[in-house]
Amino acid sequence: MLLPPTPSQTIGPYYGTALPFPGGGDAAPAGHPAAVTLHGHVRDGEGAPVPDGLLEFWQAGPDGSLTGAPGSLRRDGETFTGWARVPTDRDGHYVLRTLLPGGAPYLALCVHARGLDRHLFTRVYVAEPPGDALLAALPADRRATLLARREAGRRNAYRFDVTLQGDGETVFLDWSAGD
Amino acid sequence: MALSEPAPHPAQEQIRPTDSAGASDTAARAVALRAPLRPAVRVPVSVPAAPGTAELTGPVFGTADVGPLDHDLTRQHRGEPVGERIVVAGRVTDRRGRPVRGQLVELWQANAAGRYAHPLDRHPAPLDPHFTGAGRCLTGDDGRYRFVTIRPGAYPLGGSNDAWRAAHLHFSLFGTAFTQRLVTQMYFPGDPLLPDDLIRNAVGAPAARDRLVSALDRTLGEPGRSLGYRWDIVLDGPAATWTEGDR
Repeated sequence: MLLPPTPSQTIGPYYGTALPFPGGGDAAPAGHPAAVTLHGHVRDGEGAPVPDGLLEFWQAGPDGSLTGAPGSLRRDGETFTGWARVPTDRDGHYVLRTLLPGGAPYLALCVHARGLDRHLFTRVYVAEPPGDALLAALPADRRATLLARREAGRRNAYRFDVTLQGDGETVFLDWSAGD
Repeated sequence: MALSEPAPHPAQEQIRPTDSAGASDTAARAVALRAPLRPAVRVPVSVPAAPGTAELTGPVFGTADVGPLDHDLTRQHRGEPVGERIVVAGRVTDRRGRPVRGQLVELWQANAAGRYAHPLDRHPAPLDPHFTGAGRCLTGDDGRYRFVTIRPGAYPLGGSNDAWRAAHLHFSLFGTAFTQRLVTQMYFPGDPLLPDDLIRNAVGAPAARDRLVSALDRTLGEPGRSLGYRWDIVLDGPAATWTEGDR
């Protein structure tokens, strides 16, 4: 017998004084030689930028470890905590500086924005691993929405856009436990 | 950085202030154009879970993240905020009732006059120089959290129908798995605005709606100083059902 879960409610427009923090998108230790940039835009169903979105990333360390470490909210510039929180800017753009995950090559992503009753989960694949059960279950055009692109002409830069609704809608994931 | 000195959030600087009608249009657009049209895809994860499934683990937090006074929203400035002091406390568990230990709880809210210390809020109610309205804490070994704050005021949504929000606190919570993430809002018992609150009513089932309402608990307040409200929180997500016992 499971307890009924507390319902989700929208994040609303006023979280800015509470949730973003300095260095939220700087998951990679300062000056780390293997640091990569992951960036992109969040857009709504008409292709307009979402300027008040909040993106949270959780990922394995370069060694594949998923234990994480405390200290994300007051980064010491040294520790890789595995977690990052990045608001979008006026153009709906976000930037994450991180280290590539070892093991399964994806970052888990949670997207928050006003207008959503509940946040959205997706994955950012930085490589297309053979035999990945999720990717294998998707048609090619849907699968493509989960794949970050290496940026031509830039070292260690990846691009991943999030389309909340409509043409090219990003694949979002259902993790609820059910009843 | 102390919570009393929040870093400027990009949204604060980059979103132009609008009049209340404009704010209402912005909200309506967000509701219409942001929710996905396709159903979310269930991830094909077997039990026991595939090793390396990042979402079945999650970020960890500690004393490096949260200062000892971050839970007290009445002590972030030189003076005390105006309003009715309250304590809000409860337990965070998973759906099996097991405590969620050492995890981050974040809180934000309007001041006693129903105004957020946020540039997007154009409600012509006074700001309180002694109230930012943001706090955080870690759950204890028994899953308990506790905040000291002031009761927020109701405020109008700004549309043509003069809808108002019931007094509420915004909560952000983490579980042991990334998928247990929860952002929600807590309400106060007996508030006459509750039946008409559009956001609370976005939760379809009346029983679920009721789980967003706290209970007055005289054992939680500080005698002669504040009333206490109890609100227990149950996190959803696969960690509720995929346990050591299943493996």
